[in-house]
Amino acid sequence: MSAGRLLVSALRDPGSLADPDWSALIAAARAEQLLGSLAERLRNHALPRKTTQILAAARRESAHQRTRALWEAEMARRALAPLGVPVVLLKGTAFHAANLAAAAGRSVGDLDILVPRERMAQVEAALLAAGWERMKEADGYDDLYYRRWMHELPPLIHRDRDRMIDVHHTILPPTARPTPDARALIADSVALESGLRILAPADMVIHAAAHLFADGDLAGGLRNLWDIDRLLRQFDSAAFRAQLAARADLHQLRRSTARALRLAARLYGSPIDRGLAGRDRIADRLFEARLLARNGWGQPRRPLLRFAFYVRSHWLRMPPAMLARHLWVKARR
Amino acid sequence: MKHSLTLRIGPVGFRIGSAWRGPIDALAALYKGYPAPEDGICDFTVRLEPEKPWRRWLRPSVAIQGDYVLPDAAPMALAHGLLAAEMGMNLQMALGQKSWLLLHAASVEKDGRALILTGESGAGKSTLAALLGERGWRLMGDEFALLDPESGALHPFPRAVSLKNGAIRVMEGEVDSARFGPRLEGTPKGAIRHLRPNAQALARMDVPASPALILFPRFGEAAAARAVGPAEIFMRLTQASTNYVALGQAGFDALTRLVATPAAAIDYPDTASAVDLVETLWAEAA
Repeated sequence: MSAGRLLVSALRDPGSLADPDWSALIAAARAEQLLGSLAERLRNHALPRKTTQILAAARRESAHQRTRALWEAEMARRALAPLGVPVVLLKGTAFHAANLAAAAGRSVGDLDILVPRERMAQVEAALLAAGWERMKEADGYDDLYYRRWMHELPPLIHRDRDRMIDVHHTILPPTARPTPDARALIADSVALESGLRILAPADMVIHAAAHLFADGDLAGGLRNLWDIDRLLRQFDSAAFRAQLAARADLHQLRRSTARALRLAARLYGSPIDRGLAGRDRIADRLFEARLLARNGWGQPRRPLLRFAFYVRSHWLRMPPAMLARHLWVKARR
Repeated sequence: MKHSLTLRIGPVGFRIGSAWRGPIDALAALYKGYPAPEDGICDFTVRLEPEKPWRRWLRPSVAIQGDYVLPDAAPMALAHGLLAAEMGMNLQMALGQKSWLLLHAASVEKDGRALILTGESGAGKSTLAALLGERGWRLMGDEFALLDPESGALHPFPRAVSLKNGAIRVMEGEVDSARFGPRLEGTPKGAIRHLRPNAQALARMDVPASPALILFPRFGEAAAARAVGPAEIFMRLTQASTNYVALGQAGFDALTRLVATPAAAIDYPDTASAVDLVETLWAEAA
């Protein structure tokens, strides 16, 4: 069994673990940034003493990450409060801020926020004034590339706290074929007590699916899919299923959402709406193989398959001529 | 991985994999006599991989990979593969250790009481600890000391001692040559030679000690000692710890408890006077 497969079955059904290769499982979980989630899943299971100790350390680490993520969100809130802009937290920080089931052990790297496109310039200025700095050289190729073609500002990093913020105005690059309804994402977002906001449940699942299948090359995909599983389990109801289908159509992301549901069910046994998910496709197996391509040393496997998904991610993001120019500039560095 | 080795150092299990045989053989020789990880379960994985696929054979170049990596760490020559493995293990500890408060410090023990030596690279803590470890003290470690946040005890982490430049000759005069690794020339820190801790250090690597004296050595000045108060100890140790912030309240509590330990900053012109200073201060603290 591949270590990727071992990790998935440990997350899906911790009771099924009979004397696994713990070193391999732990290395694979770390490589996929899922050790904290695994530690939460195995919380009440009898484990070897050493494993217990390693997982306790992982819990300590994710508790620290949670504190840091929430503090960073609060810092952004303070910096942006005078603007009166709706600030929507995305991904891991959103799960933690709203105490969703997906937050259990969830690692968080950068802070991702969504704001209305027409307020981006003000948001950037306010963040720069509050101590965030540009990472990309102003007006360099990367900087201009982001500003012209991406769904987010070039990343900013805080000079004292060394934490990165990604400011999005929508959830897919404008060059991608689907055009999500960014206004609807913000209009239907949910306010938290702090004044910060999170996406509506269906939009959260759709964003995770878009991030996984329409934007990225599936790097970190097992964690992304685990988020989707947790969200589907927490929100599952007839009303939610109807919402999910309607919003997937609204955001032109029905295909990605359907694929996310099928793969979540396949790997993690998530409860899904078969009407929305559709029948299994041959290509699903390729996605599954790509997601599980990790060995017990934490190394990526299947370089050709990975490369194919890398090319695919760019193909989805840009028209061919632009893609050729972009890859040419990147390759010459 | 093609070649690999597992071993336990104090409470921490390591698994080192390599695309080449050389670094693993060197590591196995240096760590002869070390136990296997508890239940075969490793805390950390280190991988020595070619920087690019063809760099396995063509001008071999070792990239340090593993559970935790520094994104811009430069690859090393295959001749320095042993050093790469050592650095890889250090990295896992510095970036991944969350069970103990990690102090970048050398430590030795006598009568169940620990002496902690901490200071910047080049302060001479490795040499001092290695020397004391051959002269009636037990070597607990030269790179990291593990402070138990609950009990306040110091846990041994007796890795091979990393001797640099002049320190190599000092220890070669003191110790049987069978305990040394190969001499590595032209590393980023000059010449390096590793020394395997002695039988006592290995046999008692699971026995913790309680902190009794903290010294901040500095090499290259006339011999002098100055007492250091709790506030300064606290500041110096937060800087010497890579995971103080990450441990949150537990880290703060552990460090607050530790600053009650007597401490001094010492200057020394040569190793003989350093050993004298240490023995004097130790006798006073006792």
